[in-house]
Amino acid sequence: MASLVPDIVVDALMDGGDLPTRRRPRLRVWRLVVLLIAGAYFLIPIYAGLRFSLENDAGHLSLYAVKVIPSEPGFTQAFWLSMRLAIVTLAITLVLMVPTSVYVHLKFPRLRRVMDFVTILPIVIPPIVLILGVLRAAPLWLRASPYLLSLVYVILSMPFVYRSLDAGLSALDLKTLVEASRSLGGNWFNTLWRVVVPNLRSALLSATVLTLALVLGEFTMASLDLWTTLPVWIYQFQQVDAHVSTAVSMVSLLGTWLLITFIVSLDRSQSRRNRRKTDS
Amino acid sequence: MTELHDAAPTVSSLTRPTTGARVNLEGLVRTYGLTRALDGFTLAVEPGEFVALLGPSGCGKTTALRVLAGFERLDRGRVTVDGVDVVKVSAQHRDMGMVFQSYSLFPNMNALNNVAFGLRMRHQRALQRRQKAGELLELVGLSDQATKYPHQMSGGQQQRVALARALAIEPRVLLLDEPLSALDAKVRGELRDQIRQLQQRLAITTVFVTHDQEEALSMADRVCVMSNGRAEQTATPAVLYSRPTTPFVAEFVGVSSRVPVTPLDGEVELFGQRCRVRSGSVGVTVDGVDALLRPEDLTVTADPSALPFVTHKSFLGATTRLVVQVDEVPIRVDLRSDVAADIELGARVRPAVVARDVLVAPRAPRRESTTD
Repeated sequence: MASLVPDIVVDALMDGGDLPTRRRPRLRVWRLVVLLIAGAYFLIPIYAGLRFSLENDAGHLSLYAVKVIPSEPGFTQAFWLSMRLAIVTLAITLVLMVPTSVYVHLKFPRLRRVMDFVTILPIVIPPIVLILGVLRAAPLWLRASPYLLSLVYVILSMPFVYRSLDAGLSALDLKTLVEASRSLGGNWFNTLWRVVVPNLRSALLSATVLTLALVLGEFTMASLDLWTTLPVWIYQFQQVDAHVSTAVSMVSLLGTWLLITFIVSLDRSQSRRNRRKTDS
Repeated sequence: MTELHDAAPTVSSLTRPTTGARVNLEGLVRTYGLTRALDGFTLAVEPGEFVALLGPSGCGKTTALRVLAGFERLDRGRVTVDGVDVVKVSAQHRDMGMVFQSYSLFPNMNALNNVAFGLRMRHQRALQRRQKAGELLELVGLSDQATKYPHQMSGGQQQRVALARALAIEPRVLLLDEPLSALDAKVRGELRDQIRQLQQRLAITTVFVTHDQEEALSMADRVCVMSNGRAEQTATPAVLYSRPTTPFVAEFVGVSSRVPVTPLDGEVELFGQRCRVRSGSVGVTVDGVDALLRPEDLTVTADPSALPFVTHKSFLGATTRLVVQVDEVPIRVDLRSDVAADIELGARVRPAVVARDVLVAPRAPRRESTTD
């Protein structure tokens, strides 16, 4: 409703009054108040974390916490483990979900509702239930590998990835594009790789961003599976040095933000390149 | 729009006439649940022939084309190209170029790359495919649009690129699935001429699906009128119009008026005249029969003592169409405009048949058409 009816009309109707223009300044004030509260909600913890990470034990400003991060025991291993898990998760997710989503759109469009329901399950099922079930069902060799977490993360990222892809595919005339490619001699791989995937670029980047953000921030599963990923290391290191732990949180936040910005900029630069590209 | 370019600088084998393939569709049956989209559809297309599938929505024309392209499976029937059964050959390997109703260009590729796509799939070298794609774009008059992306082109330009793309692979058969229906009238007319010229120049066997009879009659060598998944009549446009063999064709192609008649010894009485019943007309049913009359099969003369009178009058240029009320049945009559000028609205007239014979059909409610 709010998107269809201007707020001022809603306010006026709820108050049973007219639609006077003199109300607008008051409305602007309220908007500003809401914006400030929301901003404070996000920014104060970041400010507090940043401030705390830039203080030494004596309460003075210092960069020591940031400087010692790479040399802290276990940090490098945790960092690279998180990176490896992110890459493996992303690869499995895309290889699994792109052909599946395309196939459902093409051959079984009626199953999209079922897919909607199935892919929402990882959000509904509590993480503890999911990981305990996985640990019980997984073979021993897989339980001994950190990449079991990747498989779990693939399931966790499904709701976001499927919805991104579904939106991207719905925006395409997929059937016609695929049939055009097939009639021109394209096999399924070429059709997917050269026709469908390039036209899903925005959806794929969105799915990538969401998956990376999920994997780099996930704590419960990794902790229960006894692997020290970056979030687990941050939590554990709090007991040793809270300043360093908080500094890593801040750097991790900044790193994730930079990564996401980089990925989004890829989409924009590709669009620009496409416009300029002229050769066959 | 640019005319067909005869002066392509380097005309490769792509742009030279080729020998088209012979296509046979025999007894095609395709059902969707309880709906029978194709019900024993049969059609033979000669090499280099341009055949249009014409019919109302839901008659099965698009299904027939998709079966030929390899996009639909068959429940029963046979599809042969040059005598070889292709039912089990995938669309990828059928060598049939197709132009779709919706703009089907790949949005991530410019016009040149779109045209070169099929050549790339055939592992042609980059230089060779660029040259061929360039030639094809020139052929459709779009060489200056080679670097444009689909969203930067008009609908007509996109369809011409799609046509060039379909022709680039030197297909054995060209399939056109209502390629003009999304275009405005002016562009549609221009592209219609261009497609026909190209088809004749390349002598490529072409199957064209349309629900627009003007398109079908003006472009095709032969037209196959379809109804309820079957071919009602396949004939040249002239024969189809002047000698329809079924009531459906008579009513679907052109304009016809139904007039109740009583047949007797191969003749019917119409407006006091005895007229021969055309061969191919069906027999008498319990409900009686109607004569199906084209506007040009009839004439009228002013007669104040007659009962029929003119209810509508439309100027069509060289001719004028009158609607004459005869015993509560409206009939359409085309007269030369100079003759019709003397007949006013409401004037009493006496109709007469000028055709040598008339088509007779069962007096039945008009057939309902379904949606495609």
